[in-house]
Amino acid sequence: MRHQIATKKLGRNTSHRRALLRNLVTSLIMEERIETTPAKAKAMRPHVEKMITLGKRGDLSARRLALGYLMTRASVDRLFDTVAPRFGDRNGGYLRIIHKGFRKGDGAATCFIELLGSEKFIEKKREKRAEVRAKRKEEIQKQMEADQAAAAEQAGNTEGEK
Amino acid sequence: MPNPKRRHSKSRTSKRRAHDYLTAASASECPNCHEKKMPHRVCPKCGHYKGREIVATKEAS
Repeated sequence: MRHQIATKKLGRNTSHRRALLRNLVTSLIMEERIETTPAKAKAMRPHVEKMITLGKRGDLSARRLALGYLMTRASVDRLFDTVAPRFGDRNGGYLRIIHKGFRKGDGAATCFIELLGSEKFIEKKREKRAEVRAKRKEEIQKQMEADQAAAAEQAGNTEGEK
Repeated sequence: MPNPKRRHSKSRTSKRRAHDYLTAASASECPNCHEKKMPHRVCPKCGHYKGREIVATKEAS
């Protein structure tokens, strides 16, 4: 009897659901943390754990199985080289779901799902983003100053002609 | 079709509706900024949950 092994359908047909879950798992492995709805986070949890188990096995057969599920080659490399070795001493429970609040557009509950030990990766990403933002701000500032100087010069020229 | 035999009094209606009320949403206090927040959620004000910053907020950056 196949009792009690039904899964959440997420309002999608089989192929749509499989594609969604594969995309979510691939993104999570690449990004360490993603923002989604609690239903999707909970549905993807067993799939991520299975991938990490494959990563811990580490042999060629496991790598091929992971390639068959994950969407990109880079994510398989990341899973085997950086993600799975972190969880050597842990049997499952590699993920953390943090409830966040409600999305503005449709009022859906949102949450973060992250791999344990992702704190430093996320911190680094945040720093990088802040750096890029600061650089862009500086460039805009410079551009504006240059524009203003040019405009002032032009105004001076026209007055001189009068 | 079956129809009501007797008039339904206002009293009966309001007695039935006595239990149709809303309850206030519960709130907990953020241990970091002491703002009211929803329990088991990241604090929308300071972005903290369980002793670490989850979401970067404008004030922090």
